[in-house]
Amino acid sequence: MTSVAVEARRPRRSAPAKSLAFVRRHLLTLWSVLFFGYLVLPIAVVAVFSFNAPKGRFNFQWEHFTFSNWTHWNAIPGIQSAVQLSLEIAVIASILATALGTLMALALVRYGFRGRGTTNFVVFLPLSTPEIVLGASLLTLFLNFSTPLGFKTILIAHVMFCVSFAVVTVKARLVGFDRHLEEAAMDLGANEWTTFQKVTLPLIAPAILAALLLCFAISIDDFVVTYFVAGSRVTFPIFVWGAARVATPPQINVIGIAFFVIAVTAMLGNVFVQNYRAKQA
Amino acid sequence: MTVEAAHPPPAVAAAEYDIRLIGLTKRFGDDVVAVDDISLDIDRGHFFALLGPSGCGKTTTLRMIGGFEEPTEGRIELGGVDVAPLPPYKRDVNTVFQSYALFPHLSIFENVAFGLRRRGVKGSQLRTRVIESLELVGLAGLEKRKPRQLSGGQQQRIALARALVNRPRVLLLDEPLGALDLKLRKEMQLELKRIQHEVGITFVHVTHDQEEAMTMADRIVIMNGGHIEQLGTPTELYESPRTAFVAGFLGVSNLLEGTAVAEDRVKLADGTEVRCPREVLGGRSGTVQIGVRPEKLRIGEGAGNTLSGTVTESAYIGVSTQYILDTPAGPVTVYMQNDRPGGQVATGERLTLSWSPESTFVVDTQEGTQ
Ligand SMILES: Nc1ncnc2c1ncn2[C@@H]1O[C@H](COP(=O)(O)OP(=O)(O)O)[C@@H](O)[C@H]1O
Ligand SMILES: [Mg+2]
Repeated sequence: MTSVAVEARRPRRSAPAKSLAFVRRHLLTLWSVLFFGYLVLPIAVVAVFSFNAPKGRFNFQWEHFTFSNWTHWNAIPGIQSAVQLSLEIAVIASILATALGTLMALALVRYGFRGRGTTNFVVFLPLSTPEIVLGASLLTLFLNFSTPLGFKTILIAHVMFCVSFAVVTVKARLVGFDRHLEEAAMDLGANEWTTFQKVTLPLIAPAILAALLLCFAISIDDFVVTYFVAGSRVTFPIFVWGAARVATPPQINVIGIAFFVIAVTAMLGNVFVQNYRAKQA
Repeated sequence: MTVEAAHPPPAVAAAEYDIRLIGLTKRFGDDVVAVDDISLDIDRGHFFALLGPSGCGKTTTLRMIGGFEEPTEGRIELGGVDVAPLPPYKRDVNTVFQSYALFPHLSIFENVAFGLRRRGVKGSQLRTRVIESLELVGLAGLEKRKPRQLSGGQQQRIALARALVNRPRVLLLDEPLGALDLKLRKEMQLELKRIQHEVGITFVHVTHDQEEAMTMADRIVIMNGGHIEQLGTPTELYESPRTAFVAGFLGVSNLLEGTAVAEDRVKLADGTEVRCPREVLGGRSGTVQIGVRPEKLRIGEGAGNTLSGTVTESAYIGVSTQYILDTPAGPVTVYMQNDRPGGQVATGERLTLSWSPESTFVVDTQEGTQ
């Protein structure tokens, strides 16, 4: 519609009409730039302030540029152990959740068993339950079973809410999977395990990798559920929350940006590998 | 029910059967009987076609032989051994799937090498056999490509090479040409026949295309609603169909109701008596249906059987004209060569038809009649 109107007006070409036409033609670009800015600006601010040397305890006002926050990223007491705990939990939880989620997705897509519908529903529950409810009920559960709160309870909680994401991600890939491929492998002499290794796994690998990255990203920044079940252990998000009441050291920005860069690199890497494989195939 | 060929091939020992199905039945749930008590012997080295309309149980039969579907009842013997309890990877058969099912993440070479690697073939022997197999289907030189970089026809050939490279006892093909266009299909029909001849492996070819089955197969079994209608060579099935279904499925046929009045004589509804060979009538009595192919009918009085009727429809098809006559025994289709100008017959005219008793067949009226 817009372009038709522009075409019709073209012969006259008055200056205001021309600028109007320009805006109309580039409206989508403008809109995209604004939206992108909206998404990126907060991250950019965090990144910029990771190079700030604040005067007081709060890193809210720009003073001058420095690398020392990056070189002394663990200068704040407690930050290093918090980062370490978060990384440990995220790595273990995402691996466990992805392995479990992949197997569950295989079972849900492949086999008609009693309770499949219920399982499908239950898998979706953590995705739709408010985290605060999830955290509170997990705490109740752990207290009822007199489980000491700490590393194990954090891990259990993280695996629990990550599994759903893994199941959903892998299931999406399996639904479009041609079962004849596995039959062909067996037909050619591969037993069940070889078929899984040589055919099923390579074909769902991109989904498994995506699930792994997704779980890692969800786990490492979880605060609400973790706060309920962490006991005296301090993960990075809990550390930030605790610290923010008395100070916001620029090291928090450093760690945040580091996580962000790692996550984005991994995602881009996955996309790149998949594109490469698609081109090869 | 055992279906025997009308003219069995010169005495074959029992061990020469590659596949023997005995009372094979497959039910899905309580009410779907996909395959209904099939018994069948397939000789070594034959090109065997499983022909029938869509949904008649061809794929299910093939999948049971391949090991992808467990029979509800019955036995499957491969080379004399009951394979029913064996998984697909322990059966000496290979399958060409309708969707080809080439592994998208593997190169053509690795696709074809897949079966050999599972058997521990390695190195130069592996390479030689893969290349040989690709040469057999005329696609050597493509081994570095991925399946998606090939055309449908090429993928079809790779699927064939991938299965044949293992030199199985039997090759199962489920509508392998179904996804190809007509020209390519015709080409591949000849190609498949050549390859089968070259490798000498028993082929079991599933198709719903009667022309394809007729041109390619040494033996055809016609299936309908999960059971076997008839088994025989293409000529046997066409010349002497034993059921109305077979007569109608393979080309056009005229079926006329009558009563057997002698060992070689049937009285039609209008009182005309027609003769047919004694062995064709097979000692039947009472109501029978006789049949005759349209191209066996001659216009005009002649030796043998005659029947008259009024032309109700005519259709010009170039080399010939098709007439439908209304006779007291029922409608009859006849083809007449357009060999002289002005030879057409107008609707409403009366015609007398004649045919030789040898061209007459008799079909069962009870079972299988539609
Ligand atoms: N897995 C299945 N579950 C239920 N019914 C099936 C299944 N596979 C096939 N059938 C039914 O069995 C019948 C025969 O199917 P099929 O062997 O595929 O026929 P064809 O290959 O001759 O077209 C059909 O009625 C089909 O709907
Ligand atoms: Mg089929």
